Amino acid sequence: MSAIQTSIMAPSRFKSWELMVWVVAFVMPFLMPNYSLLISEIAITALFALSLDLVLGYTGIVSLGHAAFFGMGAYAAALFAKHVNPDPSFGLVIALAVTTALGAFCSLTIMRGSDLTRLMVTLGMALILQELANKLDWLTGGADGLQGVMMGPVLGRFEFDLYGQTAAWYAITVALLFFILMRRWLSSSFGANLQAIRDNRLRAMSIGIHVHSHLAIVYTVAAAVAGVAGGLHAQTTGFASLDVFSFDRSADLMLMLVIGGTGWLWGGIAGAVVFKFLHSVISAITPQYWTFWIGLFLVVLVSVGREKFIRPLTWFKKEGAP
Amino acid sequence: MSQAPIVLECQNLVKRFGGIAATQHVSLQLHQGARHALIGPNGAGKTTLINLLTGVLQPSEGSIQLLGEDITQLALYLRVRRGMVRTFQINQLFDSFTPLQTLAMTVSQHFGLGSKWWKPIGTDARVIDRCEALLEQFHLTEVMNQPTRVLAYGKRRLLEIAIALACEPRVLLLDEPVAGVPAGERKELLRTVSALPADVSILLIEHDMDLVFSFANRMTVLVNGAVLTEGTPEQIANDDKVREVYLGQSHVNA
Amino acid sequence: MLTILFDGIAYGMLLFILAVGLAVTMGLMNFINLAHGAFAMAGGYITVLLMQHASVPFLACLPIAFIVPALLGALLEKTLYRRMYSKPHLDQVLFSIGLTFMAVASIDYFVGSSPQIIQLPEYLKGRTELWDGALGMGHYRLCIIAVCALLTVLLQSVLSQTRFGSRLRASVDDQRVAAGLGIDVNVVFLVTFAVGSGLAGLGGAMGAEVLGLDPIFPLKFMIYFLIVVAVGGTSSITGPLLAALLLGIADVAGKYYIPKLGAFIVYSLMIVVLIWRPQGLFSRGSK
Repeated sequence: MSAIQTSIMAPSRFKSWELMVWVVAFVMPFLMPNYSLLISEIAITALFALSLDLVLGYTGIVSLGHAAFFGMGAYAAALFAKHVNPDPSFGLVIALAVTTALGAFCSLTIMRGSDLTRLMVTLGMALILQELANKLDWLTGGADGLQGVMMGPVLGRFEFDLYGQTAAWYAITVALLFFILMRRWLSSSFGANLQAIRDNRLRAMSIGIHVHSHLAIVYTVAAAVAGVAGGLHAQTTGFASLDVFSFDRSADLMLMLVIGGTGWLWGGIAGAVVFKFLHSVISAITPQYWTFWIGLFLVVLVSVGREKFIRPLTWFKKEGAP
Repeated sequence: MSQAPIVLECQNLVKRFGGIAATQHVSLQLHQGARHALIGPNGAGKTTLINLLTGVLQPSEGSIQLLGEDITQLALYLRVRRGMVRTFQINQLFDSFTPLQTLAMTVSQHFGLGSKWWKPIGTDARVIDRCEALLEQFHLTEVMNQPTRVLAYGKRRLLEIAIALACEPRVLLLDEPVAGVPAGERKELLRTVSALPADVSILLIEHDMDLVFSFANRMTVLVNGAVLTEGTPEQIANDDKVREVYLGQSHVNA
Repeated sequence: MLTILFDGIAYGMLLFILAVGLAVTMGLMNFINLAHGAFAMAGGYITVLLMQHASVPFLACLPIAFIVPALLGALLEKTLYRRMYSKPHLDQVLFSIGLTFMAVASIDYFVGSSPQIIQLPEYLKGRTELWDGALGMGHYRLCIIAVCALLTVLLQSVLSQTRFGSRLRASVDDQRVAAGLGIDVNVVFLVTFAVGSGLAGLGGAMGAEVLGLDPIFPLKFMIYFLIVVAVGGTSSITGPLLAALLLGIADVAGKYYIPKLGAFIVYSLMIVVLIWRPQGLFSRGSK
């Protein structure tokens, strides 16, 4: 392979440290079985954050309602398991299909307008779905949530156990699968085009790139991945309630991405891990006022400047294509 | 030359911004293989015309045809795919890419690989070969792995044009390609532009008269948004109206 | 049905007073301030606390509900907000969400999470029925409409007939040119932000009885304020006024006639409007 080819393809290769992180992730439920539930939560949140990074980091759209897709996936998977088939993989596919359709629909709405308009449309979608879930209580259980979701064994073999170990591995596996898929996708010509659009939209158009279709596709995929995360959430907790659509969820997610850095897939994962860790530590000290500390953190972070904060975390970030 | 087919033409193009007509009833024809220069004083509307032809701006009146097809309503990116590519007066580059990555991305897009989501960029040998050739042609091989934002201005300008060439244009619109380039590097740039294939039709905006007269075989003079005159370089050089526009009144009332 | 219209108008006028500050600061500083609702909440809680612990009469609380949030707004503008004007919208959103979270959690901590009830004075309670009950006007709502209408006229005359008003309008149109003309843009920002926050506080105090008051008020109503601004546009105050009235009437009517769908209608309408005309129904041009 020529020097040129090696150079172009370098960013798309998996680095050894990346492999390490995933190995460690898989080993965790062995080492700390009591924390399995937290581990699966982290994996699910990381996947969710990854999906928002596609939107925020790759299209620059500020979305305050990404939880809309998470929630949609959660309810889709929960309802499917309860009424049709408790097989988890099947349920995830359904969640994926439903949220892809929703994402495609929403992508039509966010192309037009200013940042404020987009903010509102995304926020509005999440609120609408939350209202719908609330009002259609014969289907969704309303404010009480959808209870009693019993899942079948994963791939027909691995029963969900009380410790949550199966859930943790299941979540990590799905997260890894989508991570690999996203990585591969963003290393393609399409991914390079996305980065070009991000750098200089006018020039991207001037070399023949159809910007709108690229952004719409990314948004739809982001919705689909968020839906999978939501589906995992419902499946691993056996429960789906209105808070899957909550504004808090969308806001926390943005914070995670800001912590970890946008535009490179590990940002969402790093941010999710740090955030969940902080959450469990701080909640143990002051359970009710987590909101205050998060608020303060946000204000300080943004006032000081995001770049100054995430600099240590950009050690792993490579210059050039992701 | 005038027997060659017309590749790009516009009729009666008008562009109004509020009460001001930046482009006034401009009609232009670009023949295949042309080396056509567009000259005129500052503010004459040359870049506006390019913007109209490429689709950055929509005309208030008039029509445009590219390779026989009416493109007046066609979106910018589609005009590029039909073979009309431009460079910008102020560099429009992709700062987080290296020149190699920029060209790889552009070439891949041009080859239609943007729809192949599974193949990492750079696996296609055609892309590699073309990138290598372009880097060579534009003397960017030494700097191919440096981020664009640290490149010297001359190299950036070369990259600006290389990107356009990576799209294998049938019609190339160059907006002041040597603007701001130090005199020592202009020759390099000029040679590269002159060496472009004969079947590529070029419309060039330039202020450097030496370059224009050595490069062009046809010239259009634009003043205040309207065409003043058009002809061969010799005709333009001897035209009194043109001299007046550039040098002021050529005689004093006795 | 007329009663619904009446109630809707009252609700809409209230929303207008609450949101007008947001509309103007958005147009002026191009700053997406999601914490605007926190100032409204501050006005509401100040009123409640003064009434409950210091026995201050309701009407006397109202000026205070304007002044304190106004001062708070001025302070925050000068110290924190000013640094954020040039930052990208994502940062502004995160910043204002952070402030909102802090406000919500603080109120929750100091006052508690249960909704606050305001005891209206006797002369404001009561109801007048017209035309055989076809139109029932609550006296309090009548008062709200009157006060808000007065404020609107006042605002409009300040904008169009005072020097400050013309400085404000110039700064909204083009900040750099305004500064170049010698207009102290910082002062304009400060005063505008303070007044906008003060109005929000006043709205929060007046609206506590109608809209309810609890620590998550800013989050609950954020979308409504944003709708007023996005649909009404930021280039005038009549735009947001009309948008607020439309929103108020639509919400009240929707919840009355089709309670099953409730707020769903409002949100859907908003999305439809924003897709159809992204710059807002009533604004001059695209922003």
